[in-house]
Amino acid sequence: MTTRYTEDHEWITVEGDIATVGITAYAAGQLGDVVFVELPEVGKTLAKGDEFAVVESVKAASEVYAPVDGEITAINDSLEGEPATVNEDPSGAGWFVKIKLSDASQLDGLMDEAAYNAHTA
Amino acid sequence: MGMNTQGRPTRMAENIATGGYADTVSGSRGLEQAEPLIFERGNLEHCGVDLPEPKNSQTRLGGLDRQGQIGLPGLAEPETMRHYVRLSRKNYAIDLGLYPLGSCTMKHNPRLNEKIARLPGFADIHPMQPASTVQGAYALMGELAHWLMTLTNMPAVALSPKAGAHGEFCGMMAIRAKLDADGQTNRRRVLVPESAHGTNPATAVQCGFTVDEIPADATGRVDMEAFKAKLGDDVAGIMLTNPNTCGLFERDIREIADLIHEAGGYFYCDGANFNAIVGRVRPGDLGVDAMHINLHKTFSTPHGGGGPGSGPTVLSDALAPFAPVPYVAQTEKGSWHLVEHESEAEGEPFGRMAAFHGQMGMFTRALTYMMSHGSDGLKQVADDAVLNANYIQARLKHVMTQAFDGYCMHEALFDDRFLKDTGVSTLDFAKAMIDEGYHPMTMYFPLVVHGAMLIEPTETESKGGLDRFTEVLEALALAAKSGEKDRFLAAPVHAPTKRLDETRAARQPVLRWTPSSDDLEAAE
Repeated sequence: MTTRYTEDHEWITVEGDIATVGITAYAAGQLGDVVFVELPEVGKTLAKGDEFAVVESVKAASEVYAPVDGEITAINDSLEGEPATVNEDPSGAGWFVKIKLSDASQLDGLMDEAAYNAHTA
Repeated sequence: MGMNTQGRPTRMAENIATGGYADTVSGSRGLEQAEPLIFERGNLEHCGVDLPEPKNSQTRLGGLDRQGQIGLPGLAEPETMRHYVRLSRKNYAIDLGLYPLGSCTMKHNPRLNEKIARLPGFADIHPMQPASTVQGAYALMGELAHWLMTLTNMPAVALSPKAGAHGEFCGMMAIRAKLDADGQTNRRRVLVPESAHGTNPATAVQCGFTVDEIPADATGRVDMEAFKAKLGDDVAGIMLTNPNTCGLFERDIREIADLIHEAGGYFYCDGANFNAIVGRVRPGDLGVDAMHINLHKTFSTPHGGGGPGSGPTVLSDALAPFAPVPYVAQTEKGSWHLVEHESEAEGEPFGRMAAFHGQMGMFTRALTYMMSHGSDGLKQVADDAVLNANYIQARLKHVMTQAFDGYCMHEALFDDRFLKDTGVSTLDFAKAMIDEGYHPMTMYFPLVVHGAMLIEPTETESKGGLDRFTEVLEALALAAKSGEKDRFLAAPVHAPTKRLDETRAARQPVLRWTPSSDDLEAAE
């Protein structure tokens, strides 16, 4: 299961036709301490590039964009009470949403880890 | 995700103050008093005034009398006064020193303004007084409107908006009313550049529009190709701040106005930075359809806790018929009255922005400022504001990093490249300024610049004051570069309250004082 990345600092991993999406460790570090995460409703349909969540840190509120088209099948409720999880474990327990992919070929346009590391270097 | 800030977890300083000094018995030090909350200073079972129970009194509340205590702290008048005076002495204000907040135009509030605003004919009146008794106040509003329309070359102004964002709301509602009146209800997309004020997209959404962001180009201005690509028959208009929040004049503003008009949309200009161009540029000449003017910035009325804002909004010929009620009007014989109701108005007002007609005290102060400067004096305001900002930029660009090349307008914008690898962040740098006796500049805004530091000195600072300020910033920048990291991470150490735990304050905010069980028992 490989992880892919967007230029806007979201990560996405896919199992079957369900993708898990979060923000990268680089992004979490740049934002500083996350104090609030606003997540969408389950069932919402997203197009690639749509804003689906807002992350608020002590410095700024930032939008999170959908890396692919699809429908939200699950959200990480625990972030509501424990926004710090985004800083502590951004690529694991700090995931944001699960999305049912509608077009798996969109993944091909995203970066792999090496390319993302080069992007943020 | 949209992202732009550099972060390091903020944390609580070890010696965070808890409202008083630990090394004295009283918690006060010297003649600086520790000051608890007013609820802790007073107590709930006392009343500050001691009046005898009225005899033979009967309530007429129909059984709706209050059953329990109201829960106000009982303090006598001198105790109450001291509480607030003590708090005010802990406050930092433009009357104490430089307040270099970019985008906020914190300038000196001339005392002449205060003198005129306190004249009983302006101060001791009520909005519901008969028109015949407040002719002078209405005439003052008419005169202020004349000055604002002349300075902007716009045919109409709504005086009632009570702040900048309220003025934005007024202008965007006028645009929406015009579109609806023309049957253009499909036009709901508003273009907002990245360099606009943060309230602009919020206003557009509040008025029922969707926001489409235009990126900035390498010079910190609107990317014209991206702008042109976003035009279409669903565009309601553009909200542009000029000079923008990078402190730069949008050079293509005439072309932007022409293109948005050709596309069938309207041009909202955020006038918060009008101080940089007042007397020099008339927004009406640039093709602007609506713009708010912050009297509490450009025209020197108090703000930032010193007083209410006021955001009169000028409107073009196309939008003027939709201006909100109430507004002042003059009969042919010269007497003034308020047009209160939509049915009395000549056009089709979109509604009403406030219960009454706006911030009378601010109107008085702003007109005093205008008339005491005159038109030539107002032009010099803009000239000196721009000169002062460029002086700061020129004095500091060799030690700090200028975000964009070239001259700036009324504010100098630096980024955090000069702090790279020092272990010091923009936040730490700002906190160190507090130790040096300066209110920090605006930081981490605008978002398009990494670790932004936005300094607006305004025209009211002297060269000597700017020299002292830039010498301190230069010394701090050199200290950061020479490895004195700890001094910054601990800052502020000389302020009454040390580094606050911003993260905990945001995650676990305590927004309301609640009495302890002891307080409640005592009040029973």
